Amino acid sequence: MSDARLVIVKRAVLEIADGMNVNLGIGMPTLVAGEIPPEFSVMLHSENGLLGIGPYPLEGSEDPDLINAGKETVTAVQGASYFDSAESFAMIRGGHIDVAILGGMEVSEQGDLANWMIPGKMIKGMGGAMDLVSGAKRIVVIMEHVNKHGEPKIKRQCSLPLTGRRVVNRLITDLAVFDFTEEGMVLIETQQGASVEVIRQKTEASFTVSPDLRTANTL
Amino acid sequence: MNKGKVVHSAAEAIQDIRDGATLIVGGFGLCGIPEQAILTLRDKGVKDLTIVSNNCGVDDWGLGLLLANNQIKKMISSYVGENKIFERQFLSGELEVELVPQGTLAERIRAGGAGIPAFYTATGVGTSVAEGKEHKQFNGRTYIMEEAIVGDFAFVKAWKADTLGNLIYRNTARNFNPLAAAAAKVTIAEAEEIVETGQLDPNHIHTPGIYVQRLLLGTGYEKRIERRTVLRTASQGTEGVR
Repeated sequence: MSDARLVIVKRAVLEIADGMNVNLGIGMPTLVAGEIPPEFSVMLHSENGLLGIGPYPLEGSEDPDLINAGKETVTAVQGASYFDSAESFAMIRGGHIDVAILGGMEVSEQGDLANWMIPGKMIKGMGGAMDLVSGAKRIVVIMEHVNKHGEPKIKRQCSLPLTGRRVVNRLITDLAVFDFTEEGMVLIETQQGASVEVIRQKTEASFTVSPDLRTANTL
Repeated sequence: MNKGKVVHSAAEAIQDIRDGATLIVGGFGLCGIPEQAILTLRDKGVKDLTIVSNNCGVDDWGLGLLLANNQIKKMISSYVGENKIFERQFLSGELEVELVPQGTLAERIRAGGAGIPAFYTATGVGTSVAEGKEHKQFNGRTYIMEEAIVGDFAFVKAWKADTLGNLIYRNTARNFNPLAAAAAKVTIAEAEEIVETGQLDPNHIHTPGIYVQRLLLGTGYEKRIERRTVLRTASQGTEGVR
């Protein structure tokens, strides 16, 4: 894991409390699973029909009938359950998932999220992302603060097609943590070593700074 | 009809599928896909099919076989990113694609099987998915109307079946299979094992036999794994090896 991703993942895991039912998106969010304290009773939900994702299987014990939503071979924890896809999304749509942690391509200052397609590139599909952002109780987006060209990914308006409008509750990057409130986007934490000035430079969206601004409690 | 569901070959099971049919196919990625029915449909060569399935296989397996054989006119799916032939046919305009959010796809199929013509969901509101759809407010929140899907045929894959067509799936190989089974005029189920009626515990049936018209004993399942992720040692934690 790169340093930036490690900072993000270590901060993201603090969004998960003991006892929660949690959905982790494909990619960087999947890495959050490895940081959940072992003493926590947390059930990880997989859209393809599993509540209670376990670690990857030991080599030689992979089961082709047991995969996660990223189509990776996994195991199931004690107390897990299997169900069909309609039931799986009833859990999501019905508001039974406490938090979903998802990756992002762009987030707007209104809390819009774009993370499923780039015009001109092959359209792969939205999978379960649109259902998650409109159904889970709380949406946390994690992504690097700027793209590989150094351009802001946190914008006034998303330029990419939306996954959901006004759906993000919290955004965690390698520089900052923002909340989306009735009063707009608020900087609530800076990552260690990141100043508010640098965060402003690298953010196109307008935001206010919380009076309780603090340094993220990471490592 | 609760008689004579067990067919003797996959060719017999799919004999009346014609060009232009709509098929709902169970499976998630390559997990829980009806391998035998797909292979046999590839050999039969019927064309202009509309396929409703969460994914479209890979280049050389699953529904990718039907794509490679130019049998699919339209795909209704939520995620199709694993397939180069798909990309080529889509970009050339040969293949029509309707992308549907996964939960909406599942519910549209479920609704089709349950006789519900349409339903409202918040999924997709404010996005391209909502364009052209009826919007309606309930308790102050905006929803869009999504219509049910019914197939001419469904292909499903079970772990165990009895001769009445009662089905049990294994682990996450269940996925879209029970929904597909209920949502077609003719459901063709294949199973790894078929036992005599009475041998399955009624408490454990996932798909009651009422939804299954034809039942085939499958053999030689490949059960390919799309992304093999493993731990080399028990202490390695959750960051696996691909």
